[in-house]
Amino acid sequence: MGAPEGSDEFFDGARDGRLLIQRCVDCDDYQFYPRQVCVHCDSTNVEWVQASGRGTVHTFTVIHQQGMPGWRDETPFVAAVIDLEEGPRMTSNVIECAPTDVRIGASVEVTFVDEGPFVLPRFKLV
Amino acid sequence: MDNQLLKDAFERTRIVGAAVSDYPLTPDMSELDHHVVGIRNALADCGLSLRDVDGLIIASGGFGGLNPMGLAEYLGLRPTFVDGLSVGGSSFVYHAARAALAVGTGLCEVAVVAMGQTGKSGGRGMRGFGGGGPPPQGFGSFFWDSLAGVPLIGAYALAARRHMYEFGTTSEDLAEIAVAARYHASMNPKAQYRDPITVDDVLNSRWVAEPLHLLDCCVVSDGGGAYVVTTADRAKDLRKPAVQMLGYGERVGHAGIGQMPDFTQTAAADTGKVAFEMAGLKPGDIECGELYDSFTITVMLLLEDLGFCEKGEGGAFVREHLRVGGPLPINTDGGGLSAVHPGMRGMFLMTEAVRQIRGEGAPLAVAKEGGVDTCLVHGVGGQLSSHATLIVGKDG
Repeated sequence: MGAPEGSDEFFDGARDGRLLIQRCVDCDDYQFYPRQVCVHCDSTNVEWVQASGRGTVHTFTVIHQQGMPGWRDETPFVAAVIDLEEGPRMTSNVIECAPTDVRIGASVEVTFVDEGPFVLPRFKLV
Repeated sequence: MDNQLLKDAFERTRIVGAAVSDYPLTPDMSELDHHVVGIRNALADCGLSLRDVDGLIIASGGFGGLNPMGLAEYLGLRPTFVDGLSVGGSSFVYHAARAALAVGTGLCEVAVVAMGQTGKSGGRGMRGFGGGGPPPQGFGSFFWDSLAGVPLIGAYALAARRHMYEFGTTSEDLAEIAVAARYHASMNPKAQYRDPITVDDVLNSRWVAEPLHLLDCCVVSDGGGAYVVTTADRAKDLRKPAVQMLGYGERVGHAGIGQMPDFTQTAAADTGKVAFEMAGLKPGDIECGELYDSFTITVMLLLEDLGFCEKGEGGAFVREHLRVGGPLPINTDGGGLSAVHPGMRGMFLMTEAVRQIRGEGAPLAVAKEGGVDTCLVHGVGGQLSSHATLIVGKDG
């Protein structure tokens, strides 16, 4: 199971403890997930930049049933959509807390977890 | 928007037959069986035969799976129009517009739209539903969301949580939708679950993905069906009253939930507006709704986005509506929440809409004696992603 086309930088960055997202050189807007084109202005002039790693919980769910291998034994766990400080949203997990502690609007910061094939950005409450 | 070509096509075409193959549990039927039986039943419903069919539309599984080319050959057809659009459970509502355009522009004269899935007995077609292959997988946001272990139900739970946060919607509000579906299912001898339930039953069922309980989620079934579209002229000589398409709109808002622009507003806000304008109708004119109910939150969002109530007021709305005898009976077979949901439910929205316009099929819930004058069908596919609104009415 490989990374999608054009996402090696993201996963290499995560391995180095850096959260990388894309910025459009032409319109200065950010995007996640990585693409060949800017979804705001159609420019192909997109570059990788390091995000601050800070954000807030836009919405979340506590997953109690997940049959996929690798997740089945993790329930209950928190899946969340994070509003990154730069603007884009990122689907991730809020970890190192009780699921009942998570609230919409809560401040979070990135942390990195080795998940086998990938090192992945996760978030913890601050 | 100038949609005169589609208006003309709707003027020139009718839905003339519709039928299910079987449901909810069919261990002896394959997906192919459901397609074939559904097509034969729908043709029998209107008095046509396979030899009349020159247009075939199914949700294609690609060359490796069931596809329109292969199914046409299997049935001995040489169609002059095929389509294999597959955008999830809404596909069969999207197909209605394509069938009307194909027949209305003369590409074919009798188009059949068919569907069949063995989501329960076959153990297929329900990937990401708590089963399926090794993660991560999928294109675009489906891959990226999979990195966080978000199953399909989790995606809808993310929307439900945000709706609760913004509008104070409660689990009790969502439960009303499941209770109404079960009420209709109690009248449907084929429904997968028929015993009436209460709001407390929903709240006391186990969590699947908070804030969604087990009874906030659709059932997992086998099932299929088909419907037939032909010219308005030809419709006059057929067995059953024809159904006219009046308004239509479609929009893909995103793919995976992580890229949903606004978690409390779906693309149904756009498709509904376009469809109502085209039909010259407003939400208050609709006598019956067949609204995709993959989860209770799906219905809540659709009621608001389609304009049946204001955004954020779905909670109050669902307590007073939704059942036969009420102002807006919806999902009259018992819905995906209680009757049948093989993975892609859109076909059953279409067969139910035809049934309600004709006012047939008792003891199943009939919204109005003699049939309703207007019915709104809305399909949702993916993770609140692909939307299609179709408004239908009596012929003429």
